[in-house]
Amino acid sequence: FLGRHLNYLDSRTIYVGHRSGSPNEAIIPPKFCDNRIVSSKYTVWNFLPKNLFEQFRRIANFYFLIIFLVQVIVDTPTSPVTSGLPLFFVITVTAIKQGYEDWLRHKADNEVNKYPVTVLEDGRRIRKESEKIKVGDVVEVEEDETFPCDLILLQSSRDDDTCFVTTASLDGESNHKTHYTVPDTERDLESLNATIECEQPQPDLYKFVGRMHIYTNNQEPAVRSLGPENLLLKGATLKNTQKICGVAVYTGMETKMALNYQGKSQKRSAVEKSINAFLLVYLCILVSKALVCTTLKYVWQSKPGQDEPWYNEKTQREKDTNLYIKMFTDFLSFMVLFNFIIPVSMYVTVEMQKFLGSFFITWDKDFFDPEIKEGALVNTSDLNEELGQVEYVFTDKTGTLTQNNMEFIECCIDGFQYKYRDASSELDGFCVTDGPVNKLQQKAGREREELFLRALCLCHTVQVKESTEQSQGQGDGLTDQVDGLGVDGEVVPPPEEQRGFIASSPDEVALVKGAMRYGFTFLGLESKTMKILNRNNDVEMYELLHVLNFDPVRRRMSVIVRSRSGDTLLFCKGADSSIFPRVRQEEVERIRMHVERNATEGYRTLCVAYKHLSAEEYAQADKGLREARLALQDREEKLMAVYNQVETGMSLIGATAVEDRLQEEAAETMEALQGAGIKIWVLTGDKMETAKSTCYACRLFQRNTELLELTVRTLEDGGRRREERLHELLIEYHKKAVQDAPPVKAGVTRSWSSANQDYGFIIDGATLSMVLNTSSESNSSRYKNLFLQICQNCTTVLCCRMAPLQKAQIVKMVKNSKGSPITLSIGDGANDVSMILEAHVGIGIKGKEGRQAVRNSDYAIPKLKHLKKLLLAHGHLYYVRIAHLVQYFFYKNLCFILPQFLYQFFCGYSQQPLYDAAYLTMYNICFTSMPILAYSLLEQHICIEILLDNATLYREIAKNAMLRWGPFLYWTLLGVFHGLLFFFGVRYLFSNPALQDNGQVFGNWSYGTIVFTVLVFTVTLKLALDTRHWTWINHFVIWGSLAFYVFFSFFWGGIIWPFLRQQRLYFVFANMLSSVSAWLVIILLILLSLLPEILLVVFRKPRGPHARQVELKHTYTA
Amino acid sequence: MVKQEKASANRPDNTAFTQQRLPAWQPMLSAGIVIPGFVLIGLAFIGIGVALFVTSRGIQVLEIDYTGVEQNSPCFPCTDQNRKNCVCDVNFSIDTLFQGPVFFYYGLSNYFQNYRKYGVSKDDYQLSGDLSYFKAPSSTCSPYEYDKNNKPIVPCGSVANSMFNDTFKLFQIVNGAKKQVSLDGKGIAWWTDYNIKYRNPSVTPLKNAFNGTVKPLFWSKPAYELDLSDPANNGFINQDFLVWMRRAALPNFRKLYRRITDGDYAQGLPAGNYTLEVSYNYPVLSFGGRKKVVFSNVSWMGGKNEFLGIAYLVIGSMCVFMSIVMLIVYAKFKFPEED
Repeated sequence: FLGRHLNYLDSRTIYVGHRSGSPNEAIIPPKFCDNRIVSSKYTVWNFLPKNLFEQFRRIANFYFLIIFLVQVIVDTPTSPVTSGLPLFFVITVTAIKQGYEDWLRHKADNEVNKYPVTVLEDGRRIRKESEKIKVGDVVEVEEDETFPCDLILLQSSRDDDTCFVTTASLDGESNHKTHYTVPDTERDLESLNATIECEQPQPDLYKFVGRMHIYTNNQEPAVRSLGPENLLLKGATLKNTQKICGVAVYTGMETKMALNYQGKSQKRSAVEKSINAFLLVYLCILVSKALVCTTLKYVWQSKPGQDEPWYNEKTQREKDTNLYIKMFTDFLSFMVLFNFIIPVSMYVTVEMQKFLGSFFITWDKDFFDPEIKEGALVNTSDLNEELGQVEYVFTDKTGTLTQNNMEFIECCIDGFQYKYRDASSELDGFCVTDGPVNKLQQKAGREREELFLRALCLCHTVQVKESTEQSQGQGDGLTDQVDGLGVDGEVVPPPEEQRGFIASSPDEVALVKGAMRYGFTFLGLESKTMKILNRNNDVEMYELLHVLNFDPVRRRMSVIVRSRSGDTLLFCKGADSSIFPRVRQEEVERIRMHVERNATEGYRTLCVAYKHLSAEEYAQADKGLREARLALQDREEKLMAVYNQVETGMSLIGATAVEDRLQEEAAETMEALQGAGIKIWVLTGDKMETAKSTCYACRLFQRNTELLELTVRTLEDGGRRREERLHELLIEYHKKAVQDAPPVKAGVTRSWSSANQDYGFIIDGATLSMVLNTSSESNSSRYKNLFLQICQNCTTVLCCRMAPLQKAQIVKMVKNSKGSPITLSIGDGANDVSMILEAHVGIGIKGKEGRQAVRNSDYAIPKLKHLKKLLLAHGHLYYVRIAHLVQYFFYKNLCFILPQFLYQFFCGYSQQPLYDAAYLTMYNICFTSMPILAYSLLEQHICIEILLDNATLYREIAKNAMLRWGPFLYWTLLGVFHGLLFFFGVRYLFSNPALQDNGQVFGNWSYGTIVFTVLVFTVTLKLALDTRHWTWINHFVIWGSLAFYVFFSFFWGGIIWPFLRQQRLYFVFANMLSSVSAWLVIILLILLSLLPEILLVVFRKPRGPHARQVELKHTYTA
Repeated sequence: MVKQEKASANRPDNTAFTQQRLPAWQPMLSAGIVIPGFVLIGLAFIGIGVALFVTSRGIQVLEIDYTGVEQNSPCFPCTDQNRKNCVCDVNFSIDTLFQGPVFFYYGLSNYFQNYRKYGVSKDDYQLSGDLSYFKAPSSTCSPYEYDKNNKPIVPCGSVANSMFNDTFKLFQIVNGAKKQVSLDGKGIAWWTDYNIKYRNPSVTPLKNAFNGTVKPLFWSKPAYELDLSDPANNGFINQDFLVWMRRAALPNFRKLYRRITDGDYAQGLPAGNYTLEVSYNYPVLSFGGRKKVVFSNVSWMGGKNEFLGIAYLVIGSMCVFMSIVMLIVYAKFKFPEED
C-alpha cells in the first residue's frame, strides 16, 4: 500500500484527450500548471519593489543606502546628494537594464505563449493560443513548427510511425533525431481511450520513463512502455514529417526546456575575493578614522574654551542633546565624511570593464573558425581575469585534444590485418598489408570477412540522410556533420545523388563508411528493416529487433537482428576491455595484439563480436528487454542487467582501428601552456594506451618523461591484494616524485622547471575510485593526499577510463587542495559538462558532439588551439587590467580622502569637508573614472605577440600576483604618501594665505580646491605613467578628463547657481589660477608625487618585467 | 552567395579596435630619457627655487602681537571685559624704508573659522540681497537666526555675528607729532565677492530694507551703518565684512585689513617711529586666541613664504642628485639593452 502511495507521488497520470480511462471510473481532473512559459522576473506592478529589493541585497548597494540614510537623518557635513546621486545613478541604470531585459523576456514569452496551435477536441480541430494547452490535450503539430509543450507522440503522418525532430534550440544538436509513436495505438485518435502514467517533470533532456494504458472495450488495458524516443520536447522542431499528433504530458514551466532554463550557479573569480578582502581593510580604515576623529574631538573639546567659543555658540538643540548621542552622531558624521574611500563607482567600473572587456574575446578574429563559421562565445564575463590565473588545465581527449573526425584506418579480422589503401586502385578497395604479425598476403576466410563487415553495417544507430533539400532548410550547420558520400561509383552506385550518414557519434559513421569501402553499404533503416547492399550488389534485409544502446558504463552497444533466413543474430561492438571478458578466450589472444598495437599508435579501437541466438534465447532476451523497458522505476538498472545478461558468450570476429587525428596545433598549444607553468591533466574515458599515445603525440609526455603508472594492470602485477599494492605504489611514487625531487623554489617558479626529471602520472578510473574510496577512513584521506602530492609534482597527469562524474570529482579534489589553485576544464562533449561546471573556468569546444558542453561553459571556442591565445594573451591582459583597476581604485580613493581626514586636525574635528560637495561627488564619477576604464579595456603592458611567443610571461602573474597583500600594501602606502604630500604641501603654503600678488588672502575653499587640483592631476598622471599602451582613446580620455576637470571647475565656479544655498566655490578656481604660488605648488606637488614612481621604474628595470619586454621586443623585431 | 553573406555576418569585424591592434605609442622610461629629464627638471626647479627664495627674502614683514596678555604690553588694560571702547597705542619703529605698497593685515590664532557648524551658519540668499530672506533667514543661521524677540537677524549666522571689529589707525611720529598714514580700505576683498556674490537689496535708502530686522547681537552698529561715508562700501558689500566672510582655511590666519597705497606713503613706510592706535573690541582670550597686525609688502608670488622656495630648491637638487646617481649606476653596470 505504501509503495502504491509513493508511486502516486513520483508519477503523474494523464488522461489522453481528457477521457476517463475505464468507463466506470470518473475523472478527477488532476491539477497541472498551464502552458504559460514565464521567463520574466517582474511584472509592471512588482518591478519597482522587487527590483529595488534585489539590488539592495547586494552588500555594496546596501552599504551606500545606509550611508545615504545616515546623511538624510543625521546632520552631516555633506549633503545627502553627494552619496545619493551616485547611488541613484547606479540603481537607475541597473534597473533600466534589468527592466529592458525583462521586457525582452516578456516579449519572447508572449511570442511563445500566444503562438496559435491546433488542439483536437472531441474530433474537432480547434485553434488555440499555446498558453491554453492543458495536460492531456491532443495537439497537432505541422512540419517545421516547434512543439508547444512536451508531447507523447501518438500519431505521425509518416508510414513508419516515426517522426524526425531537431533539438537545435535545446542542445544545439542539429542532426535529425527519430522519435517513434507509441506502438500499436489506434489510428483513430478520437476513439483512443488511454491514460499515461509517467514520472514527475525532471530536467534531464534525455531521460523519460512512462507507461501508457490503452483501454479498449472493457478489455484488460494494454500497456505500452514510453521512453525518451516517444517524447517530443518543447522547443524542438518537427522535420521531414508533415504532421504529428501528440498528447501533452508536461506543460509550461514543467517542460524539460523550462526546467533546463534555470541559470547556472554563479562562479566568482579570485579577483572578486581579493576585492572583498581589500574592501574589508578599507572599511576598517574608514571606521578607525571615524573613531580616531570622534575620540580626538572630545579630547580636544575638553580643553577649556575649545568646546564652545563665543563666536561659535551652539544651538539650543545641540546643548540639550545627550553627550553619548552626540558622540554617536559625530561618529556617523565622520563615517559619512570619509565614506568616499569606498566608492560606488568601483563596482560600476569593474562591472563595465568585465562586460565590455569580454567583447574583445568575441571579436577576436583569431578565434574565428572558417569551418564552423563561428567565433568564440562568452557566456559569462565575470571570469575574464580568471583566464590569466589558471594553474591546472583539465582537458578531455576526444574532440578536444583530438579532432573527433574519425577515419577508418584498418581492421583486423580473425587476427589478420586489413589495411585500407586507396579505393580506386583496386577493384574492391580491399587489400591486406604485411603487418608485423601477419603472414604475407593472408586473408581470413571470406565468410568471416563478410560476417565482420555485416556486423559493421548492422551494429550502429546511424541514419541515412535522405535528400538534399532537407539539409538546405537546416542551414550550414548540418553540412559538416553529414559526410557526403560520393565518388566511389565503381564500388557502389549510390542510389541517390547526395547521401550522408548522421550519427550521434562520429565513430559509427567512420565504421559504416569503412565497411562501405570494403563493399558493404548500409542503405538505411525502413520500418524496422535494415538494408545492406553487399559486395555482389545484392540487397540484404535484416529485421531490427532490438537496439541495446551504447552507454559509457557498459562501453559497448549491440543490435539484435533477424536475417531473411530466419537466423537471429546479436552483433556487439565496444571497447576491448568490455568485449574481451564476454567472448571465448581462445579468440582473444589473436586479436589482442592488434588492438594493443593500434592503441599505442593512437587509434581508437573497437572490438566486434557476434552471437547466434537460438529461438529460446531470443524469446528470453526479448521478454527481459520488454519488461525492463516497461518498468517505471529503476528502468536503467533493469535494462543494464538484461543487457549484461544478453551480451555474453559471444564470439569475437575482429577489431577496428579508427584514427582520431590531433587537433590543429594541439602539441604547440599544450607546450605553450606547460611553458606558462600550467599543469595539464588529461581526463578521458578512453583506454590507457590510446590516451597515452595521444599524450605523446601532444608532447605532454616527452621521451625522457618517467611514467608513474597506477592502473589496474600495475596493481595486479604484484599478485597481492590490490589495496596493499596500491599502498605500496603510492608510497614508492611519492618518494620518487615528491621527496627526492629538488626542493621547490618559492614564488612563481614551478617545481617542474627546476627539476631535471619530468614525471608523468597515469591513473585509471577503477584505481582512482580505489584511491578516493578506500575501505578505511584514515587511509582514504592519506591516499588522497599522497595522490595529490604526486600529481602536483608531475608535469602531466593522465586519467583514463573516467566516468563523467569522476572527472568532476578530480577537478573538485584539485580545486579544494592546498592553495586552492585555479582550475580550468575544457571539453566538447556531454560527458565533460560535469567537469566544466565544476572547474573555476569551464571552456566548451564547439565540437561535433553536440552543444551541451558549450551551453554549460563559461567560454566557448571553436578549437583547442584557441586556448593558447585565450589564456596567454586575453587572460593575461584581463588579469593585469583588472588587478591594476582594483588597486588603482583603492589608491585613488585613499589619497582622495586622506587630506580630508588630516584636515580634521586643523578644523577642530568639526567634520568640515575639505572639498566642495560637487568635487566629492564628481571625483569618482567624472574626473577620474574614464582614464582607468579606458586603461582597463585597452592596456597591453606587453603586446599580444610577445605574450603568445613567451609563455613564461604567464607565470609572472600566477597566484594572483598583482592582488596579493604585498602589492596592495605598496599601493596603500603610495596612497598615504600622496595624501600626506597633498595635504601638508598646501598646508605649508597656507602658512601665509596671502597668495595673490594683490595681497588678498585665500580661504578654506581655495585650500581644498588646490589640494583637489593636485589630486586629480596626480592620480590621472600616475595612471598615465602606468600606461604602456597609448592608443588615441587613452590620450583622449586622459587629457580629456583633465581638460574636463578644468572646464568644469571654471563653469562650476563661474556662475551663481540659483539652486545652491551656498555659493562656496564662486570664482575660487579662477582666483586660484590667478595666483602664481598656487600654480607653483601644484606643479611641485604633482612632480614630487610622481618622481619616486619614475625612479622606481628606472631602477627596477634591469630585473623587472619591463626590461624583459625590451629584450623580447628586440628579439621579436629581429 | 547566401552562404558568403552569412559567413561574413558571423565573422568578427577585422578592425584595429576589435582586434586590439589600435596603433599605440608605447613609451619606455629608459635611462636615456629619465636622466636628462631629471637634470632638466632639477635645473628648472633650482632656477624657480632660487627666484622664489630671493623674492621671498626680499619681502619685508613686520608682525606685532597686540593681544595684551603680558602685563607690560600696551593693550593689557583693554583685555578687561568690562571696559568699553578701549583704545590702546602700540608703538613700533622701522629701520629702513618699508617698500610700498604696504599691505596691512590683522591676524588671529587659535580661531576656528573653519569650524563646520560655524561655516554653514550664514545665508547666502540674504547676503545676495534677497529681501524675502530678511524676513525668514535660513535655519542654518541658528542660533543667530532670530533674536530673543523673535525678530530676524540680518545678516544672520555665526560668521557675520563674529565679524572682527577691532579698528586701527596708523600714525607716523614725525618730530614728535602724529602724522596719520592714510589707509585704503578698497581692493581688500575679492573682486567677485564685492561685485557679484554679495549684493545689497536695491532699496534706497538702504536702511529701509532692514526694517523689522535686528543687527547681529555682537555688532555695535547695524549693517547699513558699516561705512556711512561711502555707500559703495556699506551694507553687505562693506569690504571688511567681505574679507571676514571669506573663511580662513586654518586656525591661524591673517586677513587683509588695509592697503597703504596713496598719499605720502605710496612708496612705502619710511624709516622712523610709528604708533598704531587700536580700538580694542574683539575678545580672544576666552578661547586662548591671539591677535596681531602684520605689515607686509607683496611680490608676484604673494606674501612672504619661504616654504615654496626651499621646497623647489630641495626637490631640484634631489633631481640633479638622483640623475647623477643614475648615471653612475648605469655607467657601472652598462645595461646592454639600453644601447
